[in-house]
Amino acid sequence: MSLKGKTAIAGLGITRMGKNYDHSNALGFAAEAISLALADAGLKRSDLDGLLVTTGVSYRDGLASFALQDSMRLTSRLLADVNAGGSSAGTAIAMAAQAIATGTANVVACVFGDAPLKPPTPGGKGGGAGDAYGTPRGLDSAYGAFGANWVYALLAQRHMYLYGTTQDQLGAIAISERQWANRNPMAQFYKEPLTLEDYHASRWITEPLHLYDCCLVSNGGVCVIVTSAERARDLKKPPVYILGVGQGHHPGPSVESLDTGIPIAKETAFKMAGVELKDIQVAELYDCYTITVLLSLEGYGFCKKGEGGPFAAQTRLGHAGSIPVNTGGGELSSYYMWGMTPVSEAIIQARGEGGERQSPRHDVVLASCQTRNLSTHSAVVLGTNP
Amino acid sequence: MAEEAKLILNVTRDLKPFFDAARGHKLAVQKCDKCGQLRFPPAPLCLACDSDQASWVTVSGRGQVFSFTIMHRAYHPAFKAPYTLAVIELNEGVKITSNVIGIEPSKVKCGMPVEVVFDKLNEEVTLPKFRPAS
Repeated sequence: MSLKGKTAIAGLGITRMGKNYDHSNALGFAAEAISLALADAGLKRSDLDGLLVTTGVSYRDGLASFALQDSMRLTSRLLADVNAGGSSAGTAIAMAAQAIATGTANVVACVFGDAPLKPPTPGGKGGGAGDAYGTPRGLDSAYGAFGANWVYALLAQRHMYLYGTTQDQLGAIAISERQWANRNPMAQFYKEPLTLEDYHASRWITEPLHLYDCCLVSNGGVCVIVTSAERARDLKKPPVYILGVGQGHHPGPSVESLDTGIPIAKETAFKMAGVELKDIQVAELYDCYTITVLLSLEGYGFCKKGEGGPFAAQTRLGHAGSIPVNTGGGELSSYYMWGMTPVSEAIIQARGEGGERQSPRHDVVLASCQTRNLSTHSAVVLGTNP
Repeated sequence: MAEEAKLILNVTRDLKPFFDAARGHKLAVQKCDKCGQLRFPPAPLCLACDSDQASWVTVSGRGQVFSFTIMHRAYHPAFKAPYTLAVIELNEGVKITSNVIGIEPSKVKCGMPVEVVFDKLNEEVTLPKFRPAS
C-alpha cells in the first residue's frame, strides 16, 4: 500500500520564536502551537485523536506526550514521544500519515516545543543556551568534546581538506539564508542583514565554524496537524498532501566518508511520491550548520559529492538560479525548531503563503530532517496535488 | 586541572582496559579474537565477522590527523580554549578522538603525522593524546 496522497497537512501552528518567554517550559510552547494549528485548520481540540510530541534539549521531566495529554485533557487513539533527534519531525509526520492511512487515528498533532533560553534575572545574566546544548558525552568529553558543534566542525574540516571547500563558500550559505530570512517576518534575523565581512568577523565557535555557521537557539513551538486527504479538503486551508516519506540511517561516523543517511531516505520518499530530483521545486534542508546544508545538497544529488561548496556559492541557494533552498532563512537565520524548521517552511511554501519569499513554483516541496551528524535522516515530500 | 577533569570522565567497564594500558604508557584498542579486526571505541560485536569475542592489544600510537577542530570555548573548567580536538587515524587503521598538543592549534593540518603522548591527570586516569611526530 502506498501512502501517496492519502493524507495531508491541514494545520500549521508556529509560536513567536527566539527570546520568547511566554511560557516557562517546552510544553507551554507545544500547547500554544497546537492551539494555533487547530485554529489554522478550523478544527477543535476535541477533533484531535492523536498526539506525537518531540521536545528539544530543555525538557527533562519524563514523557512529554503524557504530560501534554494530561494538561490539554485530550482523548487520543495515538500517543507517543517521538525522539529521533533533529530527524524527529519527518519521523512523526510519517507515523501520523501511516496511522491515519491504516485507520489507527484520524487527526494527529505532531508538535515540537523547546525552551532552552531562560529570561534574564535581575542583576544576572539570561541565556544559558550554550549550556543546554553543551552536554558531555562519554570518553570524548575527557578531551573537551562537548555538545554537537565540534562534530560538524570535523565534517567541515574534512570536506575542506578533501575537496578544497573554502570558508567563503560556507559563508555564502550563511549569507544566502540570511537573505531569505530578511524576507521572513517570523525570522529571528528578519531585520539584520549579513555580509561576508560580518561572517568572517564573527567569532569562532569550533574552527572552521564561525558563529554564523551555527544555528540559532530558540524558544518556541511548531505544530503540524495531519489528517486524511478527504477530511483535509473540507477544512479551512488548502491541503498540503503528504506524497512521500522515508528514513535513512547510515552506520556512521560520517566524518570517515562524508556519506549520509540521505540517499536511503530519499530513495524511499521519492519512490513513494513518484518524483525525481528534477521535480522538486523548493528544498527545505535541515541546517544546524552551514556544512549540513552543503552535505545535504550533495546527498540529495543537487550537485556531485565534493561540489557542494561551489554549487552553494554560485546558486546562492536559489537567489542566483537553481532551486530555492531554505526559503524562510532556516535554522541558521530564522528559528531552530529541529526538523520542524524545514517542515514548517515547506508547508508555507506549498500553500503559497510565503509572501516576499514565496517560490513561484511550489507544487512539489522537499523537507529534509537530519541528526547524528547526518547519519540519521528523514525526508518528506509534500505537494499541492494528491 | 586534574581533579576537575576527573569529574567529567566516567571510566566505564568497557573502557577500563584502555585506561589500564594508558597508565603504563601504552595505547590499546580492541581486537577481534576470531578475525583479528581492530576496533575503537570498544563495541560489543566485530564489524567484520560479528564475533562477540575480543581482546585488547597495544598499537603503535603513530598515525595522522584525519580531521580536527579548534575549540574556541571551554565548556568545562578543566579546559582552556583554544585547544585542538582531532580524529586521529592510527597506522593500524583505527580512528580515535583525542587532542593534538605541543603545537599551536592554528598550525595543525589534516594528514599531519602524529604520535601518542600520555597526559597523567591523576593516579587513576592517564589520557593518550597526540603531538606532531618526531
